[in-house]
This record gives sequence, structure tokens and C-alpha cells, in this order.
Amino acid sequence: MDEKIPLHKRIADFTERRFARITEINKKYATPQIKMTPQVKLALLILRLYLLFLVVVLAYKFTTIVAGGGKIGI
Amino acid sequence: MEQRLGFFPNLFYKYRRFVKFIKLYLLLAGPGLIVMLADNDAGGITTYAATGAKYGYELIWFLVFLLPVAYYVQEMTVRLGAVTKRGHAEAIFYAFGSFWGWFSLLDLILVDFLTLITEFIGMTAALHIFGIPPVITICAVILVMGAMILQGRYWTWEKIAFLFCALNVIYIPAAVMVHPSIDALIGQGFIPHIPSGPTSELFFFLMANIGTTIAPWMIFFQQSAVVDKGMKEKDIVWGQMDTLLGSFFTVLVAVFVIVVTGTLLKGQNIESAAQASIELMKVDQYVGTLLAIGLFNAGFLGAICISLASSWAFGEVFGWAHSLNQRIKEAPWFYAFYFLTLIAAGTVVLLPGAPLVLITLFVQVIAVTLLPSALVFLILLLNDEESMGKYKNTRTQNIITWLIVIAIIILSTLYGISALFPDLFK
Repeated sequence: MDEKIPLHKRIADFTERRFARITEINKKYATPQIKMTPQVKLALLILRLYLLFLVVVLAYKFTTIVAGGGKIGI
Repeated sequence: MEQRLGFFPNLFYKYRRFVKFIKLYLLLAGPGLIVMLADNDAGGITTYAATGAKYGYELIWFLVFLLPVAYYVQEMTVRLGAVTKRGHAEAIFYAFGSFWGWFSLLDLILVDFLTLITEFIGMTAALHIFGIPPVITICAVILVMGAMILQGRYWTWEKIAFLFCALNVIYIPAAVMVHPSIDALIGQGFIPHIPSGPTSELFFFLMANIGTTIAPWMIFFQQSAVVDKGMKEKDIVWGQMDTLLGSFFTVLVAVFVIVVTGTLLKGQNIESAAQASIELMKVDQYVGTLLAIGLFNAGFLGAICISLASSWAFGEVFGWAHSLNQRIKEAPWFYAFYFLTLIAAGTVVLLPGAPLVLITLFVQVIAVTLLPSALVFLILLLNDEESMGKYKNTRTQNIITWLIVIAIIILSTLYGISALFPDLFK
């Protein structure tokens, strides 16, 4: 029976099912369950800033690579 | 009761108690010992070999200092896993929501995949010394690793992994065969000092040794392993003992590698453990051979843990069956993911012209994006009274672990940045 379903349709169905699972996971974990004390909030804020800093560093490295004509230099 | 017995019955009683203790330990031990010995993976052995070649015995004290660091971080995963029955990935989703959950999971998958490539690089380089082509090494490794997990029991997998852990003793005869000077070893190695003043190069080596002591996959692996093993609150003390023993052995292995390269290759710049093995073979054929076998084993141990850490994490979050106690029919996605990552990583190593050096450096950078969040989440979760109850961190544990985590974050960040901008610290 499966053979009659075209490949692209089967891929589309599979992808849809995967995305449905991701939406389900997002719903399941929508609310953080840890007690949001000031310490937890501060730690999460510092983590966000830290990751932002890393993104800036990586973006800077990327631009230097592009400016250098693709030479990685590390 | 013991005092009323005669000498020999008393001795026999004590012996029986000791045997019972060892049997119970062997039953409950595993995740801590395996994760700690796998921590000395191909990258780790390279770091120790290079450290010994560069500084001789002079940084051994620093590795001893890393023993409590490794223990305090990994011990928290035992308590968290045994009490919450959740792996680290699932625990992050549950406690901090989907944003941090997805960030941690996807970052872990990327870091693990890149690290897995470096393990394959180490294993192929080690066996290439004996004339074995990389394609044979990779196929054989995938087959053995597949056979290890497809037998259908966590317990059996763990005991097979123990055998590979036991192979770490290979560094002991190697260290004995190089005839190190015990006076120099104690005088230079175990008294804390900064060799030839603080330089940027020394700083890089210290950061590299810290980077190899605590890796993000270790946290995810041990917590998931504790859950898969079915450890309960009453088993925590055994898990802690297991982790302490593992921390001790991981440092011991590192010290023996440093003794080998520090005795025979001092003053040389070593780029990889495979190069160290080749150089050692020129001086002593057997010592070089032992280091090459050790390098292969290190890569193999790292690979079995890293590939499982990813599969467990994905299974936990997606709700797939994800236990080594389940057959392939019962947990098809778990095993499919496991084999897919293994085959993909092995294929990358075999690709002609693949940027393997770049990947090795890139691992350090990507690990820096995951390690701080994984460590911070670990401490925050251990302070959540609602889920941890009496097993939450005490004030002393909090002071120690926060100090350790802050130091690791600062040093690993500098290490990652130094990999991106090598001229920055010169």
C-alpha cells in the first residue's frame, strides 16, 4: 500500500510528523518548572549576556575571515 | 561481636565483609568510573603528551589539583539523576523551558558530533602507526561499538566498557619502562610552582588541561547513565564513591602519560599523541607502541560515551524509548540516532581533504558555548528544593561548586578565544 504513495508525499508526511512532535515538546515545556528566585533570574540573565558576547566574538571572527579572503588563520 | 571471635574467624569475617562490599560496589559502580576514564579521550591524551613534552614533570601538581574539580562537578550529576530520574537534557527542558532546552540539546549534538570526529581522528592515527588503514579502523570500531549496545542490557554494556577502562593500565608499564627519576618526579612534579615564570604558552597549556578535565558531554552522559542504570537515592553514596575513584584514576592516567613524554621527549613541541608515539618509538619501540595502543583505547572510550550521551539526550527530549535495556525493535530511534552519528563522524574522517585540523580547533570553541550553561544549570537544579529535597546542595557545596564553575567558565572561555585568535595572548 505504501508503494502507491509518492516519495515526496511520504517525505512531507514524515517532516510534518516531526514538526508536530517539536510543537508538542514546546507546549510540554512552555513553562519553566524551577522556582524563579532572584538568583535563578540573575544566573539566566548572565548566561544570555555571555552567549550574546560569544555570538559577537564569532561574528567578528567570521567577518575577519571574509575580509581576509577566506583565510581562516587559526 | 567481632571482639568475641578469635583472630582467624575475625579475619575471615572482615574478609567476607570486604568481598561483599566489593561485590556491591561492582554492582552499583559504573557511570562515574567510565565517564572519568573516558574523559582521558584522544584529545586528553594529546594534551597530556604535549604538556609532558613541553614542561616535563613540572605541571603534574596542576593535574592533581584538578581531581577535586572533576569530582565536585560530576558528583552533582549523580544526585540529580538519582533523585529526579531525568537526564540532563530533559532536566533542562523541564526546569528552564524550551528555549534553554533546545539551545542545550542542539549545542550538545553539535559538540558531541565534532568531538566524536576527533576521537575517530585519534583512533585512526593510532592504528595507522601499525599500518592499519583508517577505513578498516573506522569500520571495526563501528562494528564493535554496535555489538556492545545491541546485546540488550545496560549492565553488560557497562561491564564491557569496564574492560576498555582497565586497558588504561597500559600507561603504567610505559611509565616504568622510561625509568623516571623519582627525586625529580617528586621535586618538580608534586610541589606547586610556575615553571620558568608565567608565559602565554604556559597559560594556554593550563587552560587546555582544564578544558580536557571537564567537558559538556560528561555531564550529560553521567546523568543519563545514572538514570538508565536505575540508581535510586540510596545508591547515591555508591555513585559518589564511584565518581571519586574515577577522578583519582583519570588524574593517575594523566600523570603517567606526562611521566612518559616528560622523561623521553622533554623540550619537544608535540602536536598530537600519535606524533608523540612515533617520536617515542624512535627512542623506545615498546613505550611508543604502548602509547599508541593507549591512544586508540582513549579514542574508543571517548567515542562510546559521547555517542551514547547524544542518543540518550535526544531520546529523553523526544520521548523515544532510550534505554540500553531495550532491544532495537523497542527503541528504534535511539539506536538509529546512535549509529547515524557514528557513521557520519567516521565518514567525515575518511573524506579526502576534510578540514580535520580545523574541526579539532572548532570543538574547543563550540564546547565553550555549551559548558557554562550546562554547569550553571547543574548548580541551579541542585538548589531546587522542590525536586531535590534533602539532596540539594549544602552551603559549603554551593561555595565550592560556584567557585569551580566560575573558574572553569573564565578559563575555558579564554581557551576558546585563544583558539579563535591565537595571537591575542602572545
